[in-house]
Amino acid sequence: MDPDPGATALARETDPAGARAPAPAAPASAPGGPVEREIVLSLYEKRREIYPRARVGERLGRFQRWRWVMVWLTQIAFYGTPWLPWHGRQAVLFDLAARKFYFFDLVLWPQDVIYLTGLLVVSALGLFLFTAVGGRLWCGYACPQTVYTEIFLWIERQIEGDRARRMALDRQAMSGSKFARKAAKHGAWAAVGLWTGITFVGYFTPIGELAGAALQASLGPWETFWILFYGFATYGNAGWLREQVCLYMCPYARFQSAMFDRDTLIVTYDQERGEPRGVGRKSRTRAEVGLGDCIDCGFCVQVCPTGIDIRRGLQYECIGCAACIDACDHVMRTNGLPIGLVRYTTSHALAQHLGRAQILRRVLRPRVLVYGAILGAVCAAMALALALRVPLKVDVIRDRGTFARELGDGAVENVYRLQIMNTSAAPATYRIRAEGLAGLAVASEDQIAVPATATQVVILRLRAPAAGTPVRANRIELTVQSTGDPAVQVRERTVFFGLRP
Amino acid sequence: MSDFTSGFWDWYVAILTIVSVIACAVFLKSQSKARVKLLPSGEPESTAHVWDDTLREYQQPLPRWWVVLFYLTVVFALAYLALFPGLGTQFKGVLGWTSAKELHDEDVAADARFGPLFDAYLARDIPSIAGDPRAHQIGAHIFLNNCAPCHGSDARGARGFPNLTDEEWIWGGTPEAIETTITEGREALMPPQIDNIGSEELATDIAHHVLSLSGSRHDAARAARGAASFGAICGTCHGAQGKGNPELGAPDLAVPFGTYGGGEAAILDAIHHGHHGVMPAHKDVLSKAQIHLVAAYIYSLSHPGAAARADTGTVAR
Repeated sequence: MDPDPGATALARETDPAGARAPAPAAPASAPGGPVEREIVLSLYEKRREIYPRARVGERLGRFQRWRWVMVWLTQIAFYGTPWLPWHGRQAVLFDLAARKFYFFDLVLWPQDVIYLTGLLVVSALGLFLFTAVGGRLWCGYACPQTVYTEIFLWIERQIEGDRARRMALDRQAMSGSKFARKAAKHGAWAAVGLWTGITFVGYFTPIGELAGAALQASLGPWETFWILFYGFATYGNAGWLREQVCLYMCPYARFQSAMFDRDTLIVTYDQERGEPRGVGRKSRTRAEVGLGDCIDCGFCVQVCPTGIDIRRGLQYECIGCAACIDACDHVMRTNGLPIGLVRYTTSHALAQHLGRAQILRRVLRPRVLVYGAILGAVCAAMALALALRVPLKVDVIRDRGTFARELGDGAVENVYRLQIMNTSAAPATYRIRAEGLAGLAVASEDQIAVPATATQVVILRLRAPAAGTPVRANRIELTVQSTGDPAVQVRERTVFFGLRP
Repeated sequence: MSDFTSGFWDWYVAILTIVSVIACAVFLKSQSKARVKLLPSGEPESTAHVWDDTLREYQQPLPRWWVVLFYLTVVFALAYLALFPGLGTQFKGVLGWTSAKELHDEDVAADARFGPLFDAYLARDIPSIAGDPRAHQIGAHIFLNNCAPCHGSDARGARGFPNLTDEEWIWGGTPEAIETTITEGREALMPPQIDNIGSEELATDIAHHVLSLSGSRHDAARAARGAASFGAICGTCHGAQGKGNPELGAPDLAVPFGTYGGGEAAILDAIHHGHHGVMPAHKDVLSKAQIHLVAAYIYSLSHPGAAARADTGTVAR
């Protein structure tokens, strides 16, 4: 191997024609030594267009089929969910203006942001867990960038043709038919982008009205902005940027090395089996000629959406889409060789020639078990919290300005403001009780009716005999309980001040 | 207006900012190429920075779209600084934007939007809007935000802050009087009277006379002795029968438990130390319409027939 494999291969891949070295400078020669040439290198380069080949052979490979299943599942969920109805409203609606998130029967208020935190923690731990086990499964099968790029590539293939045709079309000079094809493609892309934008905004504004208003061009300014913004982002990311997002923007690629270990399943090339690569002879077996199984067909490079050569091993650009596995498997089958030259395997497995059973046993290692345990615990905690959730929230603010009030009959009063939030979908009546001091009683209206998903401010007056009440902040407890369902109750702690006689 | 004491700082900020922004563009251009040695194999070598024996830094090129976007941010920054006042206090920006003007525009828009609503209420008299549920709600909100810290969220007051839900009014309980109290504020000053009275004994006698006025428990003999002095000294402000004088803000003494409490000790405390009750003026704090609405709310608290709500002052959101 040459001393600097990285720069070498990179230069070859990104600059096949050697166009990166525009201006050779004067050779700097040391007396008596070899002539060293210097060049002026540009540190920025134009994006090299990648034309991923759709498939090798007639049928989609095993993993490509899985990818398309995921595309269908994720997109049916994304595009379909806003249209689901629920008791006269949209089932899933994040009503930012009214500050309520609806998820079927669940109505989440801003005070419930802890569940969002829990969701994010679960997502993060889930990510760590399956990345530790199977590498970049998210990237290759579920990430919207991959999914939309696949959809847009499919559209491109329908309009412009397969890999060879697309490359030829781009090399052609602009003509009427070329313009028509390009316009059709970009039009289709823009339409998908716009519909994606409308769907996205449809999670925040009822999508039925939104789509109707869009058709009549009567959308509000903010809706228009967000639809266009998100639509343009979809069009730009999936149509133009594609792998540039994965290579340069996404942090996942960069910290994968922190989440992988030598027992993580990765997409990689069995160098020991494949090298030395070369075209064989019909008359002699490959072993006789001293060749490895790799016939250097280059299909694994052609199908790669990020434009790398997996035969160089695991690279940060690899999104784990396994297109190269499908390509190589097909070629191996055609040549009567066993499949799996490029396969899912682990670093340890390659080094120590581990079998499948041994690889699977290593999946249950401390790192995975700890992630799994914490993830399980957090999921259980969230499920429990949601199940035990009481559709009532109460905030208590004591009147600090008036502090405490003496009455002519020898009683002392404290005044409070209660914010009673009925978070359920039905109106309710609540009774207020106060406990914690001898003779403490509610001296104002103790029953309050609150409409569904509404907040009511209640002015509460508590009274206690001045004689028996210590002159300090006495801890008391207020209980707000639904008269219809006694299980729905909230206890809030506050204080009651006595007065110096 | 400027926080800087010298004009130098304006220039300092402006020049540093412009130089930094342009420097970004200059560095982008100057660092876009590198002189590299070619290895014998014909490939450019890496940067030759080596860490931990094997980690090497290569010359991977950055994408061109990234550097184009970076140039665009420089253009955006220069355009922004030309339009908005970002370069010290001297240059106001082509658009002449100020946050004070933005606030003013928002105020004007709010007035245009809510003005008609408020003006409709301003045109009606207080007893008529005291029963209007929406006026009640607006008035309650104004009360909770402005009046409750002293008078209590339930408007029943505390020591030194009158109870607004009862029938006693120090300065008069007519709608007009209430509105004037809120608008102009009030100052109820009772100077200590112990020197006028002369002796502790006589002060106690007068106190018991006051207790007798409200029908509270008192010493009849003391009350009889203090009656004449009460009329001479206290009657000038509080009236001969102690019924109070709304013009002066002298309370009705026939109330057993008033703003400053009740009982002999409270009366003697007033005689010895006086009282100085101040209600701040709200004419610069609240608009005329807001004062009108909150006065109607307060009026409704002591006239429950007019209001739809009970005494909890429940406010629906």
